[in-house]
Amino acid sequence: MSTMSNKSIFLRPLAADNPVLIQVLGICSSLAVTSKMETAVVMTLALIFTTTLSNAGISALRNYIPNSIRIIVQMVVIASLVIVVDQVLKAYAFSISKQLSVFVGLIITNCILMGRAEAFAMKYPVIPSAIDGFGNAAGYGIVLVSAAFVRELIGSGKLWGHNILTPITEGGWYQTNGFLLLPPSGFFFIAFFIWALKTWKKELVDHNG
Amino acid sequence: MLEHYLSLLIKSIFIENMALAFFLGMCTFLAVSKKVETALGLGVSVTAVQVLTVPVNNLLYQHVLKEGALAWAGLPEVDLSFLGFISYIGVIAAIVQILEMTLDKYVPSLYNALGIFLPLITVNCAIMAGSLFMVERDYDFGESVVYGFGSGFGWALAIVVMAGVREKLKYSDVPDGLKGIGITSITAGLMAMAFMCFSGIQL
Repeated sequence: MSTMSNKSIFLRPLAADNPVLIQVLGICSSLAVTSKMETAVVMTLALIFTTTLSNAGISALRNYIPNSIRIIVQMVVIASLVIVVDQVLKAYAFSISKQLSVFVGLIITNCILMGRAEAFAMKYPVIPSAIDGFGNAAGYGIVLVSAAFVRELIGSGKLWGHNILTPITEGGWYQTNGFLLLPPSGFFFIAFFIWALKTWKKELVDHNG
Repeated sequence: MLEHYLSLLIKSIFIENMALAFFLGMCTFLAVSKKVETALGLGVSVTAVQVLTVPVNNLLYQHVLKEGALAWAGLPEVDLSFLGFISYIGVIAAIVQILEMTLDKYVPSLYNALGIFLPLITVNCAIMAGSLFMVERDYDFGESVVYGFGSGFGWALAIVVMAGVREKLKYSDVPDGLKGIGITSITAGLMAMAFMCFSGIQL
Protein backbone atom coordinates (compact mmCIF):
# COMPACT_ATOMS: atom_id res chain seq x y z
CA MET A 1 0.00 0.00 0.00
CA SER A 2 2.81 2.39 0.84
CA THR A 3 4.03 2.31 -2.75
CA MET A 4 0.69 3.49 -4.11
CA SER A 5 1.10 6.50 -6.37
CA ASN A 6 -1.01 9.59 -5.88
CA LYS A 7 -2.75 8.85 -9.16
CA SER A 8 -3.89 5.41 -8.09
CA ILE A 9 -4.96 6.76 -4.68
CA PHE A 10 -7.21 9.14 -6.57
CA LEU A 11 -8.49 6.71 -9.21
CA ARG A 12 -9.19 3.62 -7.10
CA PRO A 13 -12.20 4.99 -5.20
CA LEU A 14 -13.85 6.17 -8.42
CA ALA A 15 -14.80 2.65 -9.52
CA ALA A 16 -12.90 -0.39 -8.23
CA ASP A 17 -13.07 0.69 -4.58
CA ASN A 18 -16.07 3.01 -4.79
CA PRO A 19 -17.15 4.07 -1.29
CA VAL A 20 -20.90 3.68 -1.92
CA LEU A 21 -21.00 0.64 -4.18
CA ILE A 22 -18.15 -1.51 -2.88
CA GLN A 23 -17.20 -0.29 0.60
CA VAL A 24 -20.89 0.32 1.46
CA LEU A 25 -20.22 3.64 3.16
CA GLY A 26 -22.38 6.75 3.11
CA ILE A 27 -25.48 5.03 1.75
CA CYS A 28 -27.90 7.06 3.88
CA SER A 29 -27.43 10.40 2.23
CA SER A 30 -26.91 8.96 -1.24
CA LEU A 31 -30.47 7.64 -1.18
CA ALA A 32 -32.16 10.60 0.39
CA VAL A 33 -30.84 13.55 -1.60
CA THR A 34 -30.89 12.07 -5.10
CA SER A 35 -34.40 12.90 -6.25
CA LYS A 36 -33.09 16.17 -7.73
CA MET A 37 -29.84 17.14 -9.46
CA GLU A 38 -29.49 20.37 -7.53
CA THR A 39 -29.42 18.81 -4.07
CA ALA A 40 -27.19 15.97 -5.25
CA VAL A 41 -24.58 18.34 -6.66
CA VAL A 42 -24.59 20.58 -3.59
CA MET A 43 -24.27 17.54 -1.35
CA THR A 44 -21.35 16.25 -3.43
CA LEU A 45 -19.54 19.58 -3.22
CA ALA A 46 -20.11 19.72 0.54
CA LEU A 47 -18.75 16.21 0.93
CA ILE A 48 -15.70 16.88 -1.27
CA PHE A 49 -14.87 19.90 0.87
CA THR A 50 -15.29 18.16 4.21
CA THR A 51 -13.68 14.84 3.31
CA THR A 52 -10.60 16.40 1.71
CA LEU A 53 -9.99 18.78 4.60
CA SER A 54 -10.85 16.33 7.37
CA ASN A 55 -8.52 13.71 5.91
CA ALA A 56 -5.75 16.29 5.59
CA GLY A 57 -6.37 17.64 9.09
CA ILE A 58 -6.55 14.27 10.79
CA SER A 59 -3.48 13.12 8.93
CA ALA A 60 -1.57 16.21 10.09
CA LEU A 61 -2.58 15.44 13.68
CA ARG A 62 -2.11 11.68 13.45
CA ASN A 63 1.12 11.54 15.46
CA TYR A 64 -0.35 13.60 18.31
CA ILE A 65 -3.68 11.80 18.76
CA PRO A 66 -3.67 9.26 21.63
CA ASN A 67 -5.16 6.03 20.34
CA SER A 68 -7.81 5.72 23.05
CA ILE A 69 -9.53 9.03 22.26
CA ARG A 70 -8.99 9.09 18.50
CA ILE A 71 -12.68 8.70 17.63
CA ILE A 72 -13.69 11.79 19.53
CA VAL A 73 -10.79 13.83 18.11
CA GLN A 74 -11.81 12.79 14.60
CA MET A 75 -15.41 13.72 15.42
CA VAL A 76 -14.40 17.20 16.56
CA VAL A 77 -12.38 17.85 13.39
CA ILE A 78 -15.23 16.60 11.19
CA ALA A 79 -17.97 18.40 13.12
CA SER A 80 -16.13 21.74 12.92
CA LEU A 81 -15.81 21.42 9.13
CA VAL A 82 -19.47 20.51 8.78
CA ILE A 83 -20.47 23.56 10.83
CA VAL A 84 -18.55 25.72 8.33
CA VAL A 85 -20.36 24.09 5.39
CA ASP A 86 -23.74 24.47 7.09
CA GLN A 87 -23.21 28.15 7.87
CA VAL A 88 -22.00 28.89 4.32
CA LEU A 89 -25.03 27.11 2.82
CA LYS A 90 -27.42 28.95 5.14
CA ALA A 91 -25.86 32.27 4.17
CA TYR A 92 -25.56 31.85 0.39
CA ALA A 93 -27.98 29.08 -0.64
CA PHE A 94 -30.77 29.17 1.89
CA SER A 95 -33.42 27.34 -0.18
CA ILE A 96 -31.08 24.42 -0.91
CA SER A 97 -30.04 24.34 2.72
CA LYS A 98 -33.75 23.98 3.61
CA GLN A 99 -34.23 21.18 1.09
CA LEU A 100 -31.23 19.26 2.38
CA SER A 101 -32.63 19.78 5.91
CA VAL A 102 -30.86 17.47 8.35
CA PHE A 103 -28.64 15.85 5.74
CA VAL A 104 -26.00 18.56 5.95
CA GLY A 105 -25.64 17.87 9.66
CA LEU A 106 -25.58 14.18 8.94
CA ILE A 107 -22.34 14.57 6.99
CA ILE A 108 -20.77 14.33 10.47
CA THR A 109 -21.94 10.77 10.83
CA ASN A 110 -21.43 9.97 7.15
CA CYS A 111 -19.41 6.79 7.30
CA ILE A 112 -17.19 7.88 4.42
CA LEU A 113 -15.54 10.54 6.58
CA MET A 114 -14.99 8.33 9.62
CA GLY A 115 -14.12 5.36 7.45
CA ARG A 116 -11.44 7.17 5.48
CA ALA A 117 -10.09 8.89 8.59
CA GLU A 118 -9.67 5.51 10.31
CA ALA A 119 -8.53 3.53 7.29
CA PHE A 120 -6.29 6.03 5.56
CA ALA A 121 -5.63 9.38 7.22
CA MET A 122 -4.37 7.84 10.49
CA LYS A 123 -1.61 6.02 8.58
CA TYR A 124 -0.47 8.23 5.71
CA PRO A 125 1.02 11.73 5.28
CA VAL A 126 -1.04 14.83 4.56
CA ILE A 127 -0.92 15.05 0.74
CA PRO A 128 -1.91 11.42 -0.04
CA SER A 129 -4.61 11.64 2.63
CA ALA A 130 -6.09 14.75 1.06
CA ILE A 131 -6.06 13.03 -2.35
CA ASP A 132 -7.68 9.94 -0.86
CA GLY A 133 -10.40 12.09 0.71
CA PHE A 134 -10.98 13.91 -2.56
CA GLY A 135 -11.10 10.65 -4.54
CA ASN A 136 -13.56 9.00 -2.20
CA ALA A 137 -15.82 12.02 -2.13
CA ALA A 138 -15.66 12.14 -5.94
CA GLY A 139 -16.55 8.43 -6.13
CA TYR A 140 -19.53 9.15 -3.90
CA GLY A 141 -20.37 12.12 -6.12
CA ILE A 142 -20.40 10.01 -9.28
CA VAL A 143 -23.00 7.67 -7.81
CA LEU A 144 -25.02 10.54 -6.36
CA VAL A 145 -25.12 12.64 -9.51
CA SER A 146 -25.88 9.75 -11.86
CA ALA A 147 -28.67 8.54 -9.56
CA ALA A 148 -30.07 12.07 -9.42
CA PHE A 149 -29.80 12.41 -13.22
CA VAL A 150 -31.91 9.31 -13.86
CA ARG A 151 -34.37 9.94 -11.04
CA GLU A 152 -35.05 13.57 -11.89
CA LEU A 153 -35.21 13.01 -15.67
CA ILE A 154 -37.58 10.04 -15.57
CA GLY A 155 -39.39 10.99 -12.39
CA SER A 156 -40.33 14.55 -13.26
CA GLY A 157 -39.07 15.06 -16.82
CA LYS A 158 -36.70 17.76 -15.65
CA LEU A 159 -32.99 18.34 -15.22
CA TRP A 160 -31.80 20.96 -12.77
CA GLY A 161 -35.39 22.24 -12.59
CA HIS A 162 -35.68 22.83 -16.38
CA ASN A 163 -38.18 20.87 -18.46
CA ILE A 164 -36.46 18.36 -20.74
CA LEU A 165 -39.37 16.03 -21.38
CA THR A 166 -42.45 18.25 -21.06
CA PRO A 167 -44.95 16.43 -18.79
CA ILE A 168 -48.62 16.02 -19.72
CA THR A 169 -49.69 18.17 -16.80
CA GLU A 170 -47.94 21.12 -18.45
CA GLY A 171 -49.33 20.47 -21.93
CA GLY A 172 -46.53 18.18 -23.14
CA TRP A 173 -46.44 14.49 -24.01
CA TYR A 174 -44.39 12.89 -21.21
CA GLN A 175 -46.17 10.78 -18.62
CA THR A 176 -43.98 11.20 -15.53
CA ASN A 177 -43.01 8.11 -13.59
CA GLY A 178 -43.61 9.34 -10.07
CA PHE A 179 -42.24 6.16 -8.53
CA LEU A 180 -38.69 7.29 -9.25
CA LEU A 181 -39.19 10.31 -7.04
CA LEU A 182 -40.17 8.12 -4.10
CA PRO A 183 -37.48 6.99 -1.68
CA PRO A 184 -37.51 3.19 -2.39
CA SER A 185 -36.42 3.71 -6.00
CA GLY A 186 -33.09 4.91 -4.63
CA PHE A 187 -32.43 1.41 -3.29
CA PHE A 188 -33.23 -0.20 -6.62
CA PHE A 189 -31.05 2.26 -8.47
CA ILE A 190 -28.08 1.59 -6.19
CA ALA A 191 -28.63 -2.16 -6.56
CA PHE A 192 -28.65 -2.00 -10.36
CA PHE A 193 -25.59 0.24 -10.29
CA ILE A 194 -23.78 -2.35 -8.17
CA TRP A 195 -24.94 -5.13 -10.48
CA ALA A 196 -23.60 -3.29 -13.53
CA LEU A 197 -20.27 -2.53 -11.86
CA LYS A 198 -19.79 -6.11 -10.70
CA THR A 199 -20.69 -7.49 -14.11
CA TRP A 200 -18.07 -5.22 -15.62
CA LYS A 201 -15.43 -6.05 -12.99
CA LYS A 202 -15.93 -9.72 -12.20
CA GLU A 203 -13.27 -9.79 -9.47
CA LEU A 204 -15.48 -7.66 -7.21
CA VAL A 205 -18.23 -10.30 -6.90
CA ASP A 206 -18.95 -11.15 -3.27
CA HIS A 207 -19.28 -14.92 -3.05
CA ASN A 208 -20.08 -15.07 0.65
CA GLY A 209 -23.07 -12.74 0.63
CA MET B 1 -52.50 15.33 25.53
CA LEU B 2 -52.07 11.58 25.74
CA GLU B 3 -53.57 11.29 22.30
CA HIS B 4 -50.98 13.72 20.96
CA TYR B 5 -48.11 11.64 22.38
CA LEU B 6 -49.65 8.44 21.09
CA SER B 7 -49.96 9.75 17.55
CA LEU B 8 -46.39 11.06 17.69
CA LEU B 9 -45.27 7.58 18.75
CA ILE B 10 -47.09 5.84 15.91
CA LYS B 11 -45.83 8.45 13.49
CA SER B 12 -42.20 8.02 14.53
CA ILE B 13 -42.32 4.21 14.49
CA PHE B 14 -44.21 3.56 11.27
CA ILE B 15 -44.87 6.59 9.10
CA GLU B 16 -41.48 8.22 9.54
CA ASN B 17 -39.48 5.06 10.11
CA MET B 18 -35.84 6.09 10.43
CA ALA B 19 -34.49 3.24 8.34
CA LEU B 20 -37.16 2.71 5.70
CA ALA B 21 -38.59 6.19 5.16
CA PHE B 22 -35.51 8.36 5.72
CA PHE B 23 -32.78 5.78 5.05
CA LEU B 24 -30.83 6.67 8.15
CA GLY B 25 -28.37 4.33 9.77
CA MET B 26 -28.15 2.49 6.46
CA CYS B 27 -24.48 1.52 6.78
CA THR B 28 -25.14 -0.49 9.93
CA PHE B 29 -28.55 -1.52 8.64
CA LEU B 30 -27.01 -3.25 5.63
CA ALA B 31 -23.87 -4.49 7.36
CA VAL B 32 -25.18 -5.94 10.63
CA SER B 33 -28.44 -7.51 9.42
CA LYS B 34 -27.12 -10.98 8.60
CA LYS B 35 -28.47 -12.67 11.75
CA VAL B 36 -31.64 -11.98 13.72
CA GLU B 37 -29.85 -12.34 17.06
CA THR B 38 -27.23 -9.65 16.47
CA ALA B 39 -29.79 -7.43 14.77
CA LEU B 40 -31.96 -7.65 17.88
CA GLY B 41 -29.04 -6.74 20.16
CA LEU B 42 -28.16 -3.76 18.02
CA GLY B 43 -31.79 -2.68 17.80
CA VAL B 44 -32.16 -2.72 21.58
CA SER B 45 -29.01 -0.68 22.09
CA VAL B 46 -29.99 1.87 19.45
CA THR B 47 -33.37 2.30 21.14
CA ALA B 48 -31.72 2.73 24.54
CA VAL B 49 -29.25 5.32 23.29
CA GLN B 50 -31.93 7.17 21.34
CA VAL B 51 -34.24 7.39 24.38
CA LEU B 52 -31.41 9.05 26.32
CA THR B 53 -29.77 11.30 23.72
CA VAL B 54 -32.81 12.96 22.17
CA PRO B 55 -34.19 14.33 25.48
CA VAL B 56 -30.71 15.37 26.70
CA ASN B 57 -30.03 17.19 23.44
CA ASN B 58 -33.50 18.70 23.72
CA LEU B 59 -32.63 20.18 27.13
CA LEU B 60 -29.31 21.41 25.77
CA TYR B 61 -31.01 23.04 22.80
CA GLN B 62 -33.90 24.62 24.69
CA HIS B 63 -31.85 25.99 27.56
CA VAL B 64 -28.40 26.76 26.16
CA LEU B 65 -28.13 26.82 22.38
CA LYS B 66 -31.40 28.26 21.10
CA GLU B 67 -31.60 31.94 20.19
CA GLY B 68 -32.45 33.82 23.39
CA ALA B 69 -32.21 30.64 25.46
CA LEU B 70 -29.50 32.10 27.65
CA ALA B 71 -31.86 34.76 29.01
CA TRP B 72 -31.76 33.04 32.42
CA ALA B 73 -28.04 33.81 32.56
CA GLY B 74 -28.61 37.47 31.72
CA LEU B 75 -27.57 37.05 28.08
CA PRO B 76 -30.83 37.39 26.11
CA GLU B 77 -29.18 38.23 22.77
CA VAL B 78 -26.82 35.32 22.48
CA ASP B 79 -27.54 32.76 19.75
CA LEU B 80 -25.37 29.67 20.01
CA SER B 81 -27.33 27.51 17.58
CA PHE B 82 -24.30 27.29 15.25
CA LEU B 83 -22.61 25.15 17.90
CA GLY B 84 -25.42 22.61 17.58
CA PHE B 85 -23.71 19.87 15.56
CA ILE B 86 -20.59 19.69 17.65
CA SER B 87 -22.54 19.70 20.95
CA TYR B 88 -24.99 17.00 19.86
CA ILE B 89 -22.26 14.65 18.66
CA GLY B 90 -20.36 15.30 21.90
CA VAL B 91 -23.44 14.43 23.96
CA ILE B 92 -24.03 11.29 21.89
CA ALA B 93 -20.43 10.12 22.25
CA ALA B 94 -20.50 10.78 26.00
CA ILE B 95 -23.82 8.98 26.57
CA VAL B 96 -22.72 5.96 24.57
CA GLN B 97 -19.54 5.83 26.66
CA ILE B 98 -21.49 6.14 29.95
CA LEU B 99 -24.01 3.52 28.87
CA GLU B 100 -21.14 1.19 28.00
CA MET B 101 -19.50 1.62 31.40
CA THR B 102 -22.80 1.25 33.28
CA LEU B 103 -23.70 -1.93 31.45
CA ASP B 104 -20.21 -3.32 31.97
CA LYS B 105 -20.51 -2.80 35.72
CA TYR B 106 -24.14 -3.73 36.43
CA VAL B 107 -25.40 -5.90 33.56
CA PRO B 108 -22.31 -7.71 32.25
CA SER B 109 -24.37 -10.31 30.39
CA LEU B 110 -26.05 -7.68 28.22
CA TYR B 111 -22.72 -5.89 27.83
CA ASN B 112 -21.10 -9.02 26.47
CA ALA B 113 -24.03 -9.72 24.20
CA LEU B 114 -23.86 -6.27 22.61
CA GLY B 115 -20.08 -6.34 22.34
CA ILE B 116 -18.67 -4.12 19.64
CA PHE B 117 -22.02 -2.65 18.62
CA LEU B 118 -22.20 -0.22 21.51
CA PRO B 119 -19.27 2.04 20.53
CA LEU B 120 -20.35 1.85 16.88
CA ILE B 121 -23.65 3.49 17.74
CA THR B 122 -21.89 6.85 18.10
CA VAL B 123 -21.47 7.02 14.34
CA ASN B 124 -24.92 5.67 13.49
CA CYS B 125 -26.65 8.43 11.56
CA ALA B 126 -30.07 7.46 12.92
CA ILE B 127 -29.00 8.67 16.38
CA MET B 128 -27.67 12.00 15.16
CA ALA B 129 -30.71 12.43 12.90
CA GLY B 130 -33.05 11.89 15.88
CA SER B 131 -31.51 14.91 17.58
CA LEU B 132 -31.47 17.00 14.40
CA PHE B 133 -35.12 16.27 13.59
CA MET B 134 -36.01 17.12 17.18
CA VAL B 135 -34.35 20.54 16.76
CA GLU B 136 -35.83 21.15 13.30
CA ARG B 137 -39.37 20.42 14.52
CA ASP B 138 -38.89 22.22 17.82
CA TYR B 139 -40.23 19.41 20.05
CA ASP B 140 -40.73 20.11 23.75
CA PHE B 141 -39.25 17.82 26.41
CA GLY B 142 -42.15 15.36 26.63
CA GLU B 143 -42.38 15.06 22.86
CA SER B 144 -38.64 14.49 22.60
CA VAL B 145 -38.81 11.49 24.99
CA VAL B 146 -41.62 9.95 22.94
CA TYR B 147 -39.91 10.75 19.66
CA GLY B 148 -36.61 9.31 20.89
CA PHE B 149 -38.25 6.05 21.85
CA GLY B 150 -40.39 5.84 18.72
CA SER B 151 -37.60 6.51 16.26
CA GLY B 152 -35.24 4.08 17.99
CA PHE B 153 -37.89 1.38 18.17
CA GLY B 154 -38.84 1.88 14.53
CA TRP B 155 -35.22 1.43 13.49
CA ALA B 156 -34.90 -1.71 15.64
CA LEU B 157 -38.07 -3.14 14.11
CA ALA B 158 -36.77 -2.54 10.60
CA ILE B 159 -33.37 -4.15 11.17
CA VAL B 160 -34.87 -7.24 12.85
CA VAL B 161 -37.33 -7.75 9.98
CA MET B 162 -34.49 -7.26 7.51
CA ALA B 163 -32.34 -9.85 9.28
CA GLY B 164 -35.24 -12.30 9.21
CA VAL B 165 -35.58 -11.89 5.45
CA ARG B 166 -31.83 -12.22 4.91
CA GLU B 167 -31.63 -15.47 6.86
CA LYS B 168 -34.09 -16.98 4.37
CA LEU B 169 -32.37 -15.33 1.44
CA LYS B 170 -29.27 -17.45 2.02
CA TYR B 171 -31.02 -20.40 0.36
CA SER B 172 -31.93 -18.59 -2.84
CA ASP B 173 -30.04 -18.43 -6.11
CA VAL B 174 -28.97 -14.84 -6.66
CA PRO B 175 -27.19 -13.58 -9.83
CA ASP B 176 -23.43 -13.23 -9.25
CA GLY B 177 -23.26 -9.46 -9.55
CA LEU B 178 -26.07 -8.94 -7.06
CA LYS B 179 -24.67 -11.19 -4.33
CA GLY B 180 -24.17 -9.49 -0.98
CA ILE B 181 -24.92 -5.81 -0.94
CA GLY B 182 -26.87 -5.72 -4.22
CA ILE B 183 -29.66 -8.08 -3.27
CA THR B 184 -29.73 -6.61 0.22
CA SER B 185 -30.52 -3.16 -1.07
CA ILE B 186 -33.23 -4.53 -3.38
CA THR B 187 -34.77 -6.27 -0.35
CA ALA B 188 -34.56 -3.02 1.60
CA GLY B 189 -36.22 -1.22 -1.30
CA LEU B 190 -39.12 -3.68 -1.31
CA MET B 191 -39.49 -3.28 2.45
CA ALA B 192 -39.45 0.49 2.07
CA MET B 193 -42.25 0.20 -0.49
CA ALA B 194 -44.26 -1.86 1.95
CA PHE B 195 -43.70 0.73 4.66
CA MET B 196 -44.94 3.45 2.33
CA CYS B 197 -48.46 2.11 2.88
CA PHE B 198 -48.28 3.67 6.34
CA SER B 199 -47.79 7.11 4.85
CA GLY B 200 -51.49 7.22 4.01
CA ILE B 201 -52.42 7.20 7.70
CA GLN B 202 -53.77 10.50 8.92
CA LEU B 203 -53.10 11.24 12.57
